[in-house]
Parts: sequence; structure tokens; C-alpha cells
Amino acid sequence: MNNSKKIITVKDLVKKYDKLTAVKGISFEVYEGEIFGLLGPNGAGKTTTLEIMETLRDKTSGEVLIDGFNVDKHQQDIKKIIGVQLQAAGYYPNLTLNELLSLFSGLYNRKIDKMEMLGMVGLKDKAKAKHKELSGGQKQRFSIATTLINDPKIIFLDEPTTGLDPQARRNLWDLIREIRDKGTTVVITTHYMDEAEQLCNRVGVMEKGEIIAMDTPDKLIDNLIASGFERKKEVKKANLEDVFLALTGQEWKDE
Amino acid sequence: MDNQKKNNQFQATMAITKASLSSIFRSPSAVVFSLLFPLIFIVVFGFIGGGGISVDVGLDKKSDTTNAIIQALKGENSGVRLNTTDSQEDMMTNLKKGSLDAIINVQQIADKTGKYKVMVQLSSASPKNGQVFNSMLQGLVNRINFSDNNIPDLKVQMDRPQIIEGRAYKSIDFILPGQLGFSLLASGVFGTAFVFLSLRQTLVLKRFFATPIKRSGIVIGEAISRTLFALAGSVVIILIGKFAFGFTLINGMVTFINMLILCTLGLIIFMGFGFVVSGLAKNESSVPPLANLITMPQFLLSGTFFSISNFPGWLQPVCKVLPLTYLNDALRKVAFEGQNLWEVHTQIFIILAWGIGVYALAIKVFKWE
Repeated sequence: MNNSKKIITVKDLVKKYDKLTAVKGISFEVYEGEIFGLLGPNGAGKTTTLEIMETLRDKTSGEVLIDGFNVDKHQQDIKKIIGVQLQAAGYYPNLTLNELLSLFSGLYNRKIDKMEMLGMVGLKDKAKAKHKELSGGQKQRFSIATTLINDPKIIFLDEPTTGLDPQARRNLWDLIREIRDKGTTVVITTHYMDEAEQLCNRVGVMEKGEIIAMDTPDKLIDNLIASGFERKKEVKKANLEDVFLALTGQEWKDE
Repeated sequence: MDNQKKNNQFQATMAITKASLSSIFRSPSAVVFSLLFPLIFIVVFGFIGGGGISVDVGLDKKSDTTNAIIQALKGENSGVRLNTTDSQEDMMTNLKKGSLDAIINVQQIADKTGKYKVMVQLSSASPKNGQVFNSMLQGLVNRINFSDNNIPDLKVQMDRPQIIEGRAYKSIDFILPGQLGFSLLASGVFGTAFVFLSLRQTLVLKRFFATPIKRSGIVIGEAISRTLFALAGSVVIILIGKFAFGFTLINGMVTFINMLILCTLGLIIFMGFGFVVSGLAKNESSVPPLANLITMPQFLLSGTFFSISNFPGWLQPVCKVLPLTYLNDALRKVAFEGQNLWEVHTQIFIILAWGIGVYALAIKVFKWE
């Protein structure tokens, strides 16, 4: 990983709202082609950090470079090379998926093969369905499709699997890995530990506006065990989630 | 590179217009308010008001009868029943009683230039029809004065009628412009307010911010979409009015186009109100009270259903300050009296003045998230 170029650098980032300091001076890098996760409880400042990187929010101080572009000075350049999935974002509800893809294709000035895009996320048969008719899992998949329209270098996903059942979550993880394997850098925020562990090449743990640890998931775990930690309960070789998946397992299962 | 950027912004804006228009047409409330309600009122009032206009006018015994005006009034479809049989005394009595709506007297002007003077007597006993006849006559006179004519220098001069100021008329020619104006107000205020509030709250706007489109592009795209939708509705309303109820488009296509231009202007100003409401409202349920605050007074006081001259004197200044009053007024003058856009410039200027004020406020209060 250290041979890859740093595609995002964040230095001493601070974000203050009137009386609250949401981000208290954090620094980190993201390498090209990795899946980088910001892990932490709600209110830790993950979404704020993400939105600053996405040019959706102004920062109070610090420096953020996205593929070499400064977030203060080159917003248009950054918008062209990133894809963004917001938490709980909507679209014109009455439009079909095809029409929404046309809309984003116009916004990014990019001609796209709509069927191919929908195929990437397993929604080909829903091309003519209206957005409001989709299930939660399908909506999340569609929003990932919209992040890829401009063939971005980096995509930012804010809590991509919140509210999804285990099957849908696994499917989405596979999709995210595929996207990473094609060369796109992925930055996600999550409060799901298993998601961070399974998906991310490196994880930054955030709490109350600060990064309290940053490493690969394996090393973080190793470090903890090395400090003498012992799990209280004996761990079986399988858990209930594995049972559920074994019993119901199908590709792209929808509600 | 700058041309490419402009092109990109234009393409992005058009993408928004297309998506927004599809969305509006699929939203039942938009179609209902913009089209169905006005049409219902028009049908109801159209039937109440009766088919065409019909006024009873006496021909003064001293009047010249060979001129073009009297000839036109005698015609089959003039809407005027010209009384040539009663004596002058009887006609005067009937005028006072109100069974005759007006008496017309056309005289050749003595200087032998071939010009005519039109004098009209109206009655307070029949103010409605009297006013209708006066308007009709004005339209007729304008047509004659400005038409190509084999007879050189045929000019008609029309005196002010002796008795003026009737109450409102209940014919389609009064109602349709009022309904049209109001439907534009409703569409501009409610439609714009709800759409932008919804886009803001469901984070659709936020998602757009992450794309290269400029904020102005989003607003313009939505505005174009709403204007196209409202114009489509206006065209439907006017055509149904004309072909099903005999609504008068006195100069045909030119009048039609002038009306659409007025509609567009009115809508743009009303959308400004919508932007203000969407900025001030905190959630969906705050929109109706604010929007009603703007639309209800105009619904009642702007001459939508009946002339503002019906209201008491102390209320008149209020009526005369509302923008819809002027839009309705301009639409009626253009449709019925055949006035062109320059002739209604006072109304247009007042509407524009409102527009400047409203948009200045909108820029201050509009919220993006």
C-alpha cells in the first residue's frame, strides 16, 4: 500500500459550528485504489469530515487535497472526478431509474450506457420502475450506480448499508469490492464494526471529532490482543448471521 | 474552454428541466390545481353567464346609419340587438328603466374629412351590459381605426360615454382571464414552494451540489420547467374557453400570443413568491399557511370572479396594490378590448415592480439546505 500514491490528504482539519467543534484537527491520507473507512459512533464527526472532502461543506481550518486539487479553490475540478452517495438522499420520486440516470448523465455531461450501469448493480429489470417503488436495498444499489456515472477516481459512501438486511449488506459489500478492484478508490463511513473489518483496507477510528486509531483492521485487532485483551464470551466458529445466510442465501435477494 | 463550460452548464440545466417537467406532469396535485380547478370554475360560470353576450342598444334617431360602426352592430354575430323601431322618447324611457342598455349616436364630423364621432349614453339601471357594450364598442372602434381600408382616412373618434362604471359582468370574457391569472398564481406560489422545499428536505439538492452544475443552473432549470408547464395549461384553458364557450380573442393569434406573454411574465413574478415561501417554511405543513397568505387575498380581491369596483372604497387601495389585480386587468384588456402590450404598460410595470421586490427578498431568504 505504501507504494501507491496518496490520492487524498487531510491535514489538521477543523470544523466548528457555533458552539460545537465537530472535527478537532484530524490528519490522514487515503491511498489510491484502497477502501478506506472512517469508523465510529454517531456524532463522531465522520459525516462532517466526509462532506468536507466532497466539497459539500466548508471547513473552519486545515488543508484537504483531493487528487491534488484543493477543496477551497478547485471545487468544480473535484466534483468532476468524484462520486457521492449521501445518507438517505432522495431523487425525484416519480421518475424511473432510466430517467434519473439521464438526469445525472446530463449533470455530469457524460453519455452513459444505462443498461450497463444498472447491470453493474443488478437493477436491469427495474429500469422502468419509479424510484419510489424500490425497496431499501434497491435504492441503495441505485444510488451507488449514480456515483459511478462520471467514471470517478474516488467514491464517497456515507453509511452505505444502514438499514439493510444481512443478505443485502453482503451483496453491497461484494459490489463495493468489485468497484475497488476496477481501480476506484472508495472512502466509506460506517458504525458497523463487521463492515469495517470485512471491507476496509485501512480504518480510521473516530470519536468526538478526533482520530483515535488508524491502521489495517488486522493490525488494530492484533494490537488490542497484544495489550492483554481477552474476549469475555467463548466464540463459536459460526454465529446466528451465518445461520441466516446459509438458510436464505440467494444472490440479489430483494424484499 | 469557457465555451465548453457554458455548454456543460447548459446541458446540465436542460437535464434538470427535463427531469423536473416529467416529475410535474406525473404529480396529480399539480395538474389538478393548474388545470382542473380553473376549468371547473370556467364551466360553472360559463354556463351561468349564458352563451354569448347580448345587449340591447337603441339607435339614436339623429344618428348616421351608413357608417361602418352601425353596419357592424347590425351584423348577425355582433352580440348587439339594435333597436331602430322605437321612438326617441320610448328609447330614453327604456334606457332609464334598464330594459335598454345603451343608446348610440354616430355623427359625421362637420369638417368633411370623412371622420365620425361616436356618442354613447349608458344607464345606471343597466351598468353590467352597458359596460359590456362600451367595451365592445371600443374594440370595434379600434379595429376600424387600425384596419386596412379602401376608404381613405376613415377615422372614428369615440367620446367618453355619458354614464360609465357598471358593475362586473358574468360572462366568460370576464371569468376566464381571472381564472387564468389565479391558476398562474397558485402554480407559481404553491408549486415552486413545495418543489423546492421537497428537493431541499429529501437531500436531492444536496446530491446535485456534488455534481458540476451551478446553483443558478438548478433554479433556472426548475423555473423553465414550471413555466413550460404553466404555459401548456394556459393554452389549454384559453383554447377550451374559446372553442367551447366562445371566449373572445379579439385579434385572433396576436391576442393569443400577447396573452401568453402576459401569462409568462405573471408566472415568473409569482414564482418569486414561491421561492420566498420555500425559504421561510421549515417543513411541508408550513407551506400552505404561508402560501395561502399570499394567494387568498388575491383570490378574493384581485378581480378574479367579479370586478373590484364591487368592493367598498376603503378596500380599493388594497385591491389596487395586489399584483394579480393588474395581471387580470391586463389579460382582460388584451383579450376583450384588443389592446396591445404597450397599451397595458402601466399594468406590466406594476407587475415588474412587484417582481423586483419579491426576488430581492427571495435571494435573501432562500435556503439551499
